[in-house]
Amino acid sequence: MGKNTISDETIDYAGILAKLELSPEEKEKAKKDMEQMLDYIDEMNELDTSGVIPMVHVFRTNNVFREDIVTNHDAHGDMLGNAPEEKDHFWKVPRTFTE
Amino acid sequence: MEIMDFTAVKLGEKIKNGEIGVREALDAALERIEKQDGLLHAFITVDREKAVRTAEKIQEEIRSKKELSPLAGVPAAVKDNICIKGMKTTCASKMLGNFIPAYTAEAVSNLEQAGALILGKTNMDEFAMGSTTETSAFGPTRNPWDTDRVPGGSSGGSCAAVSSGECSFALGSDTGGSIRQPSSYCGVCGIKPTYGTVSRYGLIAYGSSLDQIGPVAKTVEDCAAILDVISSHDAKDSTSMEREYGFYNSLSDDIRGMKIGLPRDYFTEGLDPDVKKNILDAVYVLREKGASVEEFDLGYVKYAIPAYYTIADAEASSNLERFDGIKYGYRAKEYEGLHQLYKKSRSEGFGEEVKRRILLGSFVLSSGYYDAYYLKALKVKALIKKAWDDAFEKFDVVVAPAAPTAAPKLGESLADPMKMYLSDIYTVSVNLAGLPGLSVPCGKDRNGLPVGIQFIGNCFEEKKILRAGYVFQKEHPYEGVKGGSCHAATGKLQPEGQGVKGGSCHAATGKLQPEGQGVKGGSCHGKIL
Repeated sequence: MGKNTISDETIDYAGILAKLELSPEEKEKAKKDMEQMLDYIDEMNELDTSGVIPMVHVFRTNNVFREDIVTNHDAHGDMLGNAPEEKDHFWKVPRTFTE
Repeated sequence: MEIMDFTAVKLGEKIKNGEIGVREALDAALERIEKQDGLLHAFITVDREKAVRTAEKIQEEIRSKKELSPLAGVPAAVKDNICIKGMKTTCASKMLGNFIPAYTAEAVSNLEQAGALILGKTNMDEFAMGSTTETSAFGPTRNPWDTDRVPGGSSGGSCAAVSSGECSFALGSDTGGSIRQPSSYCGVCGIKPTYGTVSRYGLIAYGSSLDQIGPVAKTVEDCAAILDVISSHDAKDSTSMEREYGFYNSLSDDIRGMKIGLPRDYFTEGLDPDVKKNILDAVYVLREKGASVEEFDLGYVKYAIPAYYTIADAEASSNLERFDGIKYGYRAKEYEGLHQLYKKSRSEGFGEEVKRRILLGSFVLSSGYYDAYYLKALKVKALIKKAWDDAFEKFDVVVAPAAPTAAPKLGESLADPMKMYLSDIYTVSVNLAGLPGLSVPCGKDRNGLPVGIQFIGNCFEEKKILRAGYVFQKEHPYEGVKGGSCHAATGKLQPEGQGVKGGSCHAATGKLQPEGQGVKGGSCHGKIL
């Protein structure tokens, strides 16, 4: 039996962050899965990492800039071709602002 | 020898000097696919028309004596998380719907400029999340060595396609072992280059600090030639490195004095004894060729997997936020308002494993947990990198298994995700440290299934691992699926000479044998089975 217990609240919270909607059965399974994974991830606490700098990238990375010039005008048609719904050369989406 | 049994480099030579026509090579590949892929399911998309047009163009270029790369006219496949303009890309998910990219990945552009003949897109674990190609929304790929077994993952389609001669080489991607492990399971070579070597532009991102595209082929020589073509510094990928290439020309027979390290903490319980024996036999070969081999303790081995899954899933949760049903891909049919559109589209479009990883990833990045999980994992990553740095002070190359076992049976792995994750133990820390890793077939287990040996080098030292792999492979040449061939119905490997009745698959020749005669040349016919 692991140490982590995921509450309904927590899995709902994760669902909001992930923009996922789980059925009650999926939720139960997700709770168990997450408990199991967190128990395993907790093993990292066996290591003393005080003073260690978190490493995101292995090599030094710098921002790569370019001039803000559009070079792919002609791809517009190809891109719009993938739109789930389209109207007048725009992507059609639900209203984003409500009252 | 049949056309699809040649290595990519050899086939390229024969095409260049006119012995084999480009269209001839294409037809040979398509014939194999036609005969075998109904069963193997290595491909999601085959674009015959485009391939025919490309073949004609390249043949014309050869005729007009244009200066061409060694891979011109050679049939290749591309993993379906790598974009090709005008060709459907799915990432083996319903979430992308019928998405057709408006641009081509840099690695593929490089291949196209070299005249490679792209056949189509290969099957994979959904969004590269998995180790068996079973999380694909379109059904699994089968291992050509035993069609009741998995090809490994997530580049299972690419590795199975090369292994069964459906293409001469393929591109895969590797975030935690996804080129090296399926290469091992399918008995082919695969290399994940140093992070930043191959542009990630056009690779649909899973874990951006870990992902790399790499070649899968029959031989180390092929992998080196392909790596030369696909590697480039690309301003469109902000993590792309400026560095030296010249991998093919650096291949040599000489590993005298090469210092090889053998991590003791990789050879513990959990490693199948047959895999261990094959690796140690291979190490003996390296010693015979003049390398010195010494055992050492790598350290932090058991922490690589929790660190990897925390980091990869965190990055994935962010990378996969773009799949929202708005701009492309799957959009739910019924929803009330924008937020429901997001949630329903994603919940209906993504498979179970993807959702599992996105949930965990979102959680470990969330306020209150970020320090305990994500930052902690990044600190462990730094420790792991330091452990590798220390190892490469003493050694030129580190040798390890690519996976703890040979290929498991279909359906065995998904019930216990944790167990599946643990099979990545030898590969994930290589991604965490940004190192290059090469998998080369080195033997078989008691069931006749391939086992791969992994050569790991320090950052930017592909040449050393390619040389070690090349020398090893000269003593242990590539072997296709001969004699012992697979029979989907029984899953039993038939001993050499007895053949398989009723149609079965033989990667090496792909020829259909009439019923009753058994598979001498061997072939598979998906429809019979």
